[in-house]
Amino acid sequence: MLIEVINIVLLALLAVTAIAAVRLHDLFAVAMMFGIYSLLAAVMFVLLDAVDVAFTEAAVGMGISTVLMLGTIGLVGRHERASAHRSLLPLAVVVATGVALIYGTLDMPFFGDPDAPVHQHVAPFYISESPSQTGVPNVVTSILASYRGYDTLGELAVIFTAGVGVLGLLGLRRRKRPGKEGPHDDR
Amino acid sequence: MIAGLYNYWIVILLMMTGFYVVISSGNLVKKIIGLNLFQASVFILYISIGKIANGHVPILQEGVSNYSNPLPHVLILTAIVVGVSTTALGLALVVRIRETYDSVEEEEIHRQDESL
Repeated sequence: MLIEVINIVLLALLAVTAIAAVRLHDLFAVAMMFGIYSLLAAVMFVLLDAVDVAFTEAAVGMGISTVLMLGTIGLVGRHERASAHRSLLPLAVVVATGVALIYGTLDMPFFGDPDAPVHQHVAPFYISESPSQTGVPNVVTSILASYRGYDTLGELAVIFTAGVGVLGLLGLRRRKRPGKEGPHDDR
Repeated sequence: MIAGLYNYWIVILLMMTGFYVVISSGNLVKKIIGLNLFQASVFILYISIGKIANGHVPILQEGVSNYSNPLPHVLILTAIVVGVSTTALGLALVVRIRETYDSVEEEEIHRQDESL
């Protein structure tokens, strides 16, 4: 089956990209790896029937996040200093967490199982009722904007708060040390 | 069983890669990139759970009855946008830390604070 092969290849590419991001110490390269990772994830979403999520991830997750990271790297410098002490503790924590999570998947329904509990409850209701109740053929749009419209409003509140926070941190006051950006740059 | 859970296991590997960057790297920018890797992997996990074998994109059309579950898609659409907001806030904090401490390395910041 072609789909399964593409699925396996994409997951392998995602793993390679993520591990490359761990091993690199040039932050510019790490940010690029993150961009590649997001684009691969977007392709993965197309494969998993989530087209709306795919283009949002490609535009917002890959586009805006990567630009924000590059902007920050431009301000703070692009080289990570090698850590003085190497500890095995992080690796041990990560392996323990990973093993616990894999143990948690053992009684999960298999990938693609149409009888999984998650597909039995409200999803069939939305798929069968949303055309007559909202008149929108895209079920994702009708849930996002209509059934769960207040959640989307809450999301806007989160974005607004984040925007106010960023402005408060960076934008609305004069910097103590001029020259971080703009014509006075002396670095 | 391996074929049925393979996707989840690789996604867990990806999540743990991001987690490893967060807890092992001393550079604050790299920590935030690791957090984003973790987050993108969680998105893939959720969308994987919503997939139905031989299902269709949940855009209604004639003659199709098996659609993939649209609910995880809605949830993750919201999560992507919220994720970018938190990333922006985190990176703004990093820029402020750099202005104050002239460094974004955790060890250097702790040394200046004499907190470690």
